[in-house]
Amino acid sequence: MTVKDIFDTMDYGPAPEDASDARAWIEARGGIAGHFIGGTWDAMRADFDTTNPATGERLAGVTKGTEAEVEKAVTAARKAQTKWAKNGKTRARVLYAIARLMQKNARLLAVMETLDTGKPIREARDIDVPLAIRHFYHHAGFAQLMDDEMPDVEPLGVCGQIIPWNFPLLMLAWKIAPALAMGNTVVLKPAEYTPMTAMIFAEICTQAGVPPGVVNIVTGDGETGAALVNANVDKIAFTGSTAVGRLIREQTAGTGKALSLELGGKSPYIVFEDADIDSAVEGLVDAIWFNGGQVCCAGSRLLVQEGIAETFYAKLKAHMDALRMGDPLDKCIDVGAIVDPSQLDRISSMVAQNTAGDTYQCGAPDGCFYPPTLITGLAPSDTLMQEEIFGPVLVATTFRTPAEAVEVANNTRYGLAASVWSENINLALDIAPKLVSGIVWINGTNMMDAAAGFGGVRESGFGREGGWEGLQGYTKPRGKPTPLKTPVTFTSDDGTPADPLDRTAKLYIGGKQARPDGGYSQPVFNKSGQLLGHASIANRKDLRNAAEAMAAAKGWSKTSGHLRAQILYYIGENLSARADEFATRINALTGGRNGKAEVETAIDHLFTWAAWADKHDGAAKGVPIRGVALAMNEPIGSIGVLTDDTRPLMGLIEPLAPALAMGNRLTAVASHPFPLAATDFYQILETSDVPPGVVNILTGAHGDLAPHMAAHANIDAVWSFSTSDVSKVIEARSAVTLKRTWVNNGTHRSWPSATWRAQATEVKTIWIPYGE
Amino acid sequence: MMQTTTPTQTHLPQVQEPRNDGMPLDLSWVRSVQANTSAIERRAVTLPGRRSVKKDHQAAWLCKAISLMDLTTLSGDDTEGRVRRLCAKARQPVRADLLQTLGMEGLTTGAICVYHDMVPTAVDALRGTSIPVAAVSTGFPAGLSPFHLRIAEIGESVAAGAEEIDIVITRRHVLQGNWQALYDEMAEMRRTCGTAHVKAILATGELGSLRNVARASLVCMMAGADFIKTSTGKESVNATLPVTLTMIRAIRDYYMRTGLRVGYKPAGGISKAKDALVYLSMIKDELGDRWLQPDLFRFGASSLLGDIERQLEHHVTGGYSAGWRHAIG
Repeated sequence: MTVKDIFDTMDYGPAPEDASDARAWIEARGGIAGHFIGGTWDAMRADFDTTNPATGERLAGVTKGTEAEVEKAVTAARKAQTKWAKNGKTRARVLYAIARLMQKNARLLAVMETLDTGKPIREARDIDVPLAIRHFYHHAGFAQLMDDEMPDVEPLGVCGQIIPWNFPLLMLAWKIAPALAMGNTVVLKPAEYTPMTAMIFAEICTQAGVPPGVVNIVTGDGETGAALVNANVDKIAFTGSTAVGRLIREQTAGTGKALSLELGGKSPYIVFEDADIDSAVEGLVDAIWFNGGQVCCAGSRLLVQEGIAETFYAKLKAHMDALRMGDPLDKCIDVGAIVDPSQLDRISSMVAQNTAGDTYQCGAPDGCFYPPTLITGLAPSDTLMQEEIFGPVLVATTFRTPAEAVEVANNTRYGLAASVWSENINLALDIAPKLVSGIVWINGTNMMDAAAGFGGVRESGFGREGGWEGLQGYTKPRGKPTPLKTPVTFTSDDGTPADPLDRTAKLYIGGKQARPDGGYSQPVFNKSGQLLGHASIANRKDLRNAAEAMAAAKGWSKTSGHLRAQILYYIGENLSARADEFATRINALTGGRNGKAEVETAIDHLFTWAAWADKHDGAAKGVPIRGVALAMNEPIGSIGVLTDDTRPLMGLIEPLAPALAMGNRLTAVASHPFPLAATDFYQILETSDVPPGVVNILTGAHGDLAPHMAAHANIDAVWSFSTSDVSKVIEARSAVTLKRTWVNNGTHRSWPSATWRAQATEVKTIWIPYGE
Repeated sequence: MMQTTTPTQTHLPQVQEPRNDGMPLDLSWVRSVQANTSAIERRAVTLPGRRSVKKDHQAAWLCKAISLMDLTTLSGDDTEGRVRRLCAKARQPVRADLLQTLGMEGLTTGAICVYHDMVPTAVDALRGTSIPVAAVSTGFPAGLSPFHLRIAEIGESVAAGAEEIDIVITRRHVLQGNWQALYDEMAEMRRTCGTAHVKAILATGELGSLRNVARASLVCMMAGADFIKTSTGKESVNATLPVTLTMIRAIRDYYMRTGLRVGYKPAGGISKAKDALVYLSMIKDELGDRWLQPDLFRFGASSLLGDIERQLEHHVTGGYSAGWRHAIG
C-alpha cells in the first residue's frame, strides 16, 4: 500500500512491539523456566512447555516442581525468615530496590507478560507493570513503618503463595510485596501457563539484594501447588478459581495455617438512567474486555435500567464494533488472545450451551481468540447470569428501580466487585453500601491501587490485598497461645437437686425462649454432684431456626454505632445489677471462686465494646486518582460462635460484645459443661432492648453443632473458642460456602481489640472519583 | 503477519453529505445529557496509548492531518502580505520534493482561516485552488458586540467570498442555562450564512463544565450548525481530549437521532504531529472513517504544520529534521 492509498483508507496498519529482547532473554537462560531456591537457580527441566497463546509458538520449557523441590524451597524460606524479620528498615531498602529495578526492566517485563499471556501490550505496559511496581514502592513504605507503627504484630513466618495466569506479575507483586514488607519469607508458585515474568523477577531479587531464601519461586502445575499447600508453611495465599480455593480450604483445614483466598466473581455493572451513558459504555469496555474478560473482578454482569436499555445496548454494540482484536504485541490492539486453548474451549462451550437471550458477537482472528460477546435479555435464572465465564462475554439484564438493582446485583454466590453508574450522588452513595461485594466503583471500573484493599466476600473468598488491611493477612499479634484444657463435666449418681424447683433452660432464638427441636435436655451438676438444672440439647434444626432469626434481624446491621453502643452499655448495666447472682452461678457451675471476677470482666468488656461501637472508623485512602477510595468497615453479617466453655459467662460475652458492636448478629453455643450462666443471660438480653434475633443462644454439644454451623449458607462466619476438637471440621465444612472462619485449634489466647474488630468486620473499598 | 479484525465499516462513501438544517429545540433531550468529567478524563488519558500509527501509515495520517487543517492567522498585526504568505503555504504546505517522494503531490490544507478584513486578500491569493476561506466572525473572540452588528458581520464576510464562517456563541446563554436564547442566536447566524458553512465556536474553556459543553454542542447542532468547534484559540484553555470526547459524543448522538453528520473542529493547543494522530484516531474510532474528510473534520492550528513537516521529512530521509529546512507560512 502506498502512502496515497493509506491516505484514502486511513487504516491503522501494524504497530508491533519488538519482542526480540524478551526472546533473547529466554534464550540466554537456556530456554527453561524453573526453580529459584535459596537465592540460586535450582532444578531446570523442560517438563512441559509454556507457549505464546496468540501464535502457539513455544516460549520455554517449564520445570514441574516436585514435592521434594517444594520442600527444599520451604526449608530455604524457613531458614531465612528469622533474620529477614529483624529489621523493617532494612527490608524497606530491599523492597525499594526491587521497585526501582522493575522500573528499569519495565519494557522487558511488559513484553514478556504479553508473550506469555496473550494480553495486549498496552495493558501489560500501561496497567500490569506500573501497578506491580507501585505495589513494591508502597510496601517498601510499610516495611519502613512497621517497627514504629505496628509494634504489636509480628510476621507469620513462611508464606506459600499460589497465583493465577491472568496477571502473573501483578499478582506476584500483590503477594510478595506485603509478605516481604511484614518480615515473612515466601515460596511462590506462578501459574502453569505463565511462569516467565516470575523468572525475570527472580533475577531482579538477586540484583536488589534480597537475601537468599527470602524469595523462592517454584514452577509447576496444580500438583506442585498442592505440594506447596501441604508443605510446612504458615500461610497459604491463593488467587485463582473458586473450585481450587475450595480444595485448598479443605486441605488446610485444622492445620493452623493462615489462609487468604481471592477467587472468582460475577461482578455487577449497574447503569442507572441518569448515568453518563457514553462513559458507562466506555467503562464497560474496560470492565469486561480488559484482559479479554479474564479478570476476577470483571464487570461481567450488566444491569441496565429499563428505560435506557435499548439505547445503551445500541451504543455498546457500536463500541464493540470498534474494538480491535489481534496480535497482542501490536500497540493498536484492544483485545488479545485467550491464555490457553483449554480456556478458549471452556468459554466457547459455556456460550454455546446458552440458548437464552440475544447474542451479539464481533469477529475474532483464527487461533486462540474469542470474540467480544454481549448477551442481552437474560434473567437471573439463566446459567450465564450466575456462572463465571472468565472470558470476553458480557451478560445483561434490566431492572426497574434502585431496590431491584440491588436485589439482582446481590443475587449471586460471588461478591468481589461492583460498578455503579449514576450522576446522582445520593443514589450512588446509597447503593454502594447495599451491594454485597468487597469493592465498589462509582462511575468507574477496575480501579486498583496498592493503597486500597482488594478482595471479596461470599464465594469470592476472604482477606484483602493492598493497604493497611492487606497487611493483616501477613501479620499476627505478638504473643503465644496456650493449650486450652477441657473442663471436667460434673456428674452425679443420684441427681439430688441443689434447688427443689425444676429449672430447665430453653434455647434463646429470635428473642424468645424456645424448646429444643429434639426434645432432649442434659442435666447440669455442680462439683458436689447436686443438680443445678437442665440445659436443652440443640440440634441442627435449632441452629437453622437461629440462622433464620439472624437473617430476619438484618436491620441490626444498619443501625448506627451510637445505638449499638447504648444497647451494649445497657446490657452491661443490667448485668451489673445482677452481678452477685451471676457470680454465684458461675461459682456453682465451675466449682471455683472466680465468679465475681468473671462478671466484672464481662461488664468491663461490654463497656469497652460499647465504646468501640461508634469508633471503628473507616479510612479515606490516598489513591492516585482525583477522588477518594473509602475503606468502609461493614459488619460481616451473621456469625456463629462456639464459645470458650471454660468460662461460663465470659466465654459468651467475649465474642458477643465485639460482634454486636460492629453490627453483626450472633448465634452462640454456650459452654457445654457450664451452660447455665449463658441461659441466665437470656433475661439480661430481654431487658436490654436487644432486638429479637440479634443474639441467639444455643446449648448442646459443640461437636454436634459445629459442622452444621460451618456448612450453613446463611451464616457468614464461624468462630470457635471451644475446647472441643472442632476447628478442623469447621474449616473443612466452611469450604462449601467459603465463609470466613476463625478457630482456635484447641488453644487460648487473649486477642487484642484490633483482632476482634478485624474479625467482626469486612472492609469494603468504595472508589469515588469526582470532578466537574 | 497475524490476522487482525478491523472495525465494521458502517459508513458508505458519499459524494455529497446532506447539510444539517437543524431541528426544533428539544429541551428534554438537552437537559438529559450528562457528562461525567472524571470518567471522560480517565478515558481521554488512555487514548494516546491505545492507538499507534507507524511508518508509511504515520506519513499518510500526517498528510491527512494537513488536508484537514484550517491554517490560521488571527493576529492583530495581520497584514495582506502576511495573509498572502500563509495562503501560499496552504497551497504548498510541504516541500515539493517530500510530497513527491511520498506520492502526495497536490496536497493542500483544508482551508485558510482569517479575520473578516483579510477575507478578500485570502480569496484572491487562493484563486485557482479549491481551498476555501474561513472567516472568524460575530465579534470574535468574545462575541459580545451588538447582535445586529454580529449578524451584519457574517453577511459582509459571506459577501467578501468567505465560504465558511466561524461564529462564536454567547457564553452567557450557556452559563445561565438559557438554551432557547442560544438556539435562537445560532439559528439566526446560520440563516445569515446562507450557503456558507457555519462553525459554531463554543469557547469550551469558558463554559465551566463538560456537561455544559455537551449541552451547548447539542443546542448548536439543533439550530443548524455545520460544525461545532472547541475554541477561539484565545481562551486560556483550548482544545483538549476530554472536551473533544464530549463534543464528538454529542455529534454521534445527533447523528444517531437525525441521521445528519455534523463536523468537528478542535482549535488551539494542538501543535504536535503526535497530538494530531491521537485526534485522528479518536475521530476514527468514535465517529468512523467518514468523519476523516475535510467536510466533517478540521484542525484549527497555526504551528501544527511545522511539526508535521519535520516528521514527514524524518519519514522520508530517516534523519531528524529542523524547522529551517521548511518554508514558513
